Amino acid sequence: MNGDPIPRKTKPNDSKLYARRVRPQGWQNPPAESIYDFAVLGAGPAGIAAAEAAARLGVRVALIEQDRIGGNSLNAGSIPSKAIVKSAGVYAAMHKAEKFGAPMPSEPPLDFVKVMERMRRIRTRVSEHHSAEKLSALGIDVFFGAARFESRNALRIGDTQLRFRKALVATGARPRESEIPGLNDVGYLTSATIFDLETLPQRLAVIGGGPLGCEMAQAFCRLGPRVTIIQNDPKFLPREERDAAEILSRSMARDGVEIRLNTTVVGARAANGAKILQTVNNDVKHEIETDEILLSIGRVPNTNGLALDSAGIALDDKGGIKVDDFLRTTNPDVYAAGDACMDLKFTNAARASALIAVQNALTEGQERQSQLIVPWCTYCDPEIAHIGLHVWDARRQSIPVKSFTIMMHDVDRAITESSGDGFVKIHIAEGTDQILGATIVASRASELINEMSVIMSAGIGMAGLAKIVHTYPAESGAIMLAALAYTRDRPCKTNT
Amino acid sequence: MENVTALSDEALITRLQRGAFSYFTAHSNPRNGLVADTSREGSPCSIAVVGFALSCYPVGVRNGWISREEAADRTLAALLFFMQSTQSDQPDATGYKGFYYHFLDMQTGKRVWQCELSLIDTALLIAGILTAARYFDGDGAEIQIRALADALYRRVDWRWAQNGTETISQGWKPECGFLHYGWEGYNEAAILYVLGLGSPTFPLSESAYKTWGLTYQWENLTGTDVLYSGPLFTHLFSHAWIDFRGIRDDFMRKKHSDYFENTKAAIALHREYGERNPRDFNGYCRNFWGITAGDGPSGQDLRIDGRDQRFFGYMSRGVPCGPDDGTIAPWAMLATLPFNAEAALEGVRHMLDRYPQVCTQDRFASGFNPTLIAGGRGWLSEGWYGLDQGLLAMMIENYRSGLIWEIFRSSPYVRAGLKSAGFEGGWLQS
Repeated sequence: MNGDPIPRKTKPNDSKLYARRVRPQGWQNPPAESIYDFAVLGAGPAGIAAAEAAARLGVRVALIEQDRIGGNSLNAGSIPSKAIVKSAGVYAAMHKAEKFGAPMPSEPPLDFVKVMERMRRIRTRVSEHHSAEKLSALGIDVFFGAARFESRNALRIGDTQLRFRKALVATGARPRESEIPGLNDVGYLTSATIFDLETLPQRLAVIGGGPLGCEMAQAFCRLGPRVTIIQNDPKFLPREERDAAEILSRSMARDGVEIRLNTTVVGARAANGAKILQTVNNDVKHEIETDEILLSIGRVPNTNGLALDSAGIALDDKGGIKVDDFLRTTNPDVYAAGDACMDLKFTNAARASALIAVQNALTEGQERQSQLIVPWCTYCDPEIAHIGLHVWDARRQSIPVKSFTIMMHDVDRAITESSGDGFVKIHIAEGTDQILGATIVASRASELINEMSVIMSAGIGMAGLAKIVHTYPAESGAIMLAALAYTRDRPCKTNT
Repeated sequence: MENVTALSDEALITRLQRGAFSYFTAHSNPRNGLVADTSREGSPCSIAVVGFALSCYPVGVRNGWISREEAADRTLAALLFFMQSTQSDQPDATGYKGFYYHFLDMQTGKRVWQCELSLIDTALLIAGILTAARYFDGDGAEIQIRALADALYRRVDWRWAQNGTETISQGWKPECGFLHYGWEGYNEAAILYVLGLGSPTFPLSESAYKTWGLTYQWENLTGTDVLYSGPLFTHLFSHAWIDFRGIRDDFMRKKHSDYFENTKAAIALHREYGERNPRDFNGYCRNFWGITAGDGPSGQDLRIDGRDQRFFGYMSRGVPCGPDDGTIAPWAMLATLPFNAEAALEGVRHMLDRYPQVCTQDRFASGFNPTLIAGGRGWLSEGWYGLDQGLLAMMIENYRSGLIWEIFRSSPYVRAGLKSAGFEGGWLQS
């Protein structure tokens, strides 16, 4: 084994293999059972997790997918974007090699076709985990087709009626569409289409400074195009704290991304084979000429065409499915999970919420979504991850909060890696050692934040965290240093 | 510049204070009282610099650098201009709703650069106006100064600046309305909130200050507890006028601290950062620090010693999260004199010994970067910035005599604003 699980050669049948797993051609839907114990709409991360969990409970499960198994995460989100981020990171590292004593003899070439081939190979490989065949082998009846509710306990897919005792709506979300005048006419990419690019554009304009917009802006810039990112707000990643967003902003600028904060795109037009975006920053008008446009302004729940009214399922004020803390919709036999109903539109949140819904729907569980501790991460360089409360959340709840901050440039492993941008901030309830949340900006924040997830889920406080032995040197040493700072701040009483 | 480091501490700071003060007599328009943002050719007026100038005139009188009459004349000219200039929502006005545009033409006083109606810069101007109102307590022109100052303060519609929200916007433009930017986290805006809350006419809502405070971050950084804000000036600006020693709002009561002590903590953090020098810049050490808002080498990427280094122009730099491109503000260390005199003096002597070019005509430049070598020396900002000179002159005076603090403490509006913000204790009780 060479440690690389990805086939090195392009296999001509990769695309067929991928299709066979996520949307088999000629798939025959199974004959419907007279009634299903659990019907799941949507075979994205939430739907798959729910169907598999329900199948393990031994109940009859129907899983219905309108498009491709795996949902956005596999097909047009987490997996393909991370594959591209990696390629871009490698290419960027080649340009920085001189700093490490390994100067490149010449400008390294880039083969974008191979970058995209690698992304597709990876997607094919990951699709194997939950292929239609594997799901069926678990005893799940997999249906492909558009489903809609016919009544409070029945669905229809084409000519087939599926009756159910309990159901889960896990239909995910889709990219928010443009309301920018002219943008539809000039054409634009979204997360659903950017991974189908076959050639690298010379110029790319990214509208939207959320996680995907930032990831793709930095990654594509590193691959070569001139990239401009346009964000309506004064900072990127509005969900994150200011210092984190500003570190990211400077990092992107260092990579060459042209930053346009506090800027609104008010129009688009085509001219001389290029696409022109008209922008306004406060009152200053400007035009950005580009070859491709990526629109990444958020995601909206997929609820259209489900005939939710027929089942007595209401929507919330954001257009998502209205659920209570137990993820039950306004129809007590129907639950929802994932992007279709949650503010946190992340794969891990979708899976976790699905498991709660299964417990509550099928085992009379009383698990609450509000008890979930969900970390998330934006996979730029450096990565930005968060878990739990932000300081402003805590202060709004009148919780006195104190943050223990360790800068990555003071962490030995980060120094050896020349990756000193960032910090670990652990927020505690002041006067206690209870951890309320954490923000991590680091090259591997996506991994470090999981330590905080374990710590917080286990109810371990800062004093306990300080006693946990970490490897040395490691970037996670920053977490331990924060805990040690806490112990120095509150020295133990001795008998002397 | 001769070797000023041979001077005694008192002689050194007096000389540097006089140099800073002289900016205002050298770069102002005596006809309308406006003061240039920088000493560079064609610089417009910055209303904040006028606020510093108005506060520095009493310093000049006290030290015998100008007569009281001249100080009163300069002050009256400025107050008359601001009272008589056009207030409207038209793009070429001087102000609106009692606020003023950030930059004004030095001669006509009209808005330039299509700049914003700046709330914080108006607050700094008003702070200077209220300083003048309390200092000039005599007859003749001084009566008019007091009347004008009172009218100008009462005219500011702070409540309008909330735009129907719980917080204050950072600005407004006739072309697009209120700017998106808000005040997030602790920074220099304390004086804005205090003056806004103290208004007898259009005060900020009482919840405004509390809402801003919800964004504060109380952090333990390198072993020091501090109400975090990266740029050093954010720990200094409000303190140039308000004596925060011993007075506490609800936030600081809970932390068993006050904002004066907090600035001392921030200074310790900046010194520590200089000593650690995590980004390996030239010059940084325990006696070479002061990362804050100021001029910089401008946006350029260079490869220095085999590594890529990006340099910034005029911007707000901060510690420890950055941005930091190796540029320090040479005036900043000495401006911390009231908080940690030993650190300030050690730092400024070290800097003047090693990099005497940062101080010309007894005035510190806005920015200096010893990592970016230009002409065999570190990069140095051209000329001087009025904000830097004003803050430095005021802080030295506060260290020496507490003059500005004393004047400001006597203002009923300031006391009302502080009390409305929840401040108690210390001199507020007397």
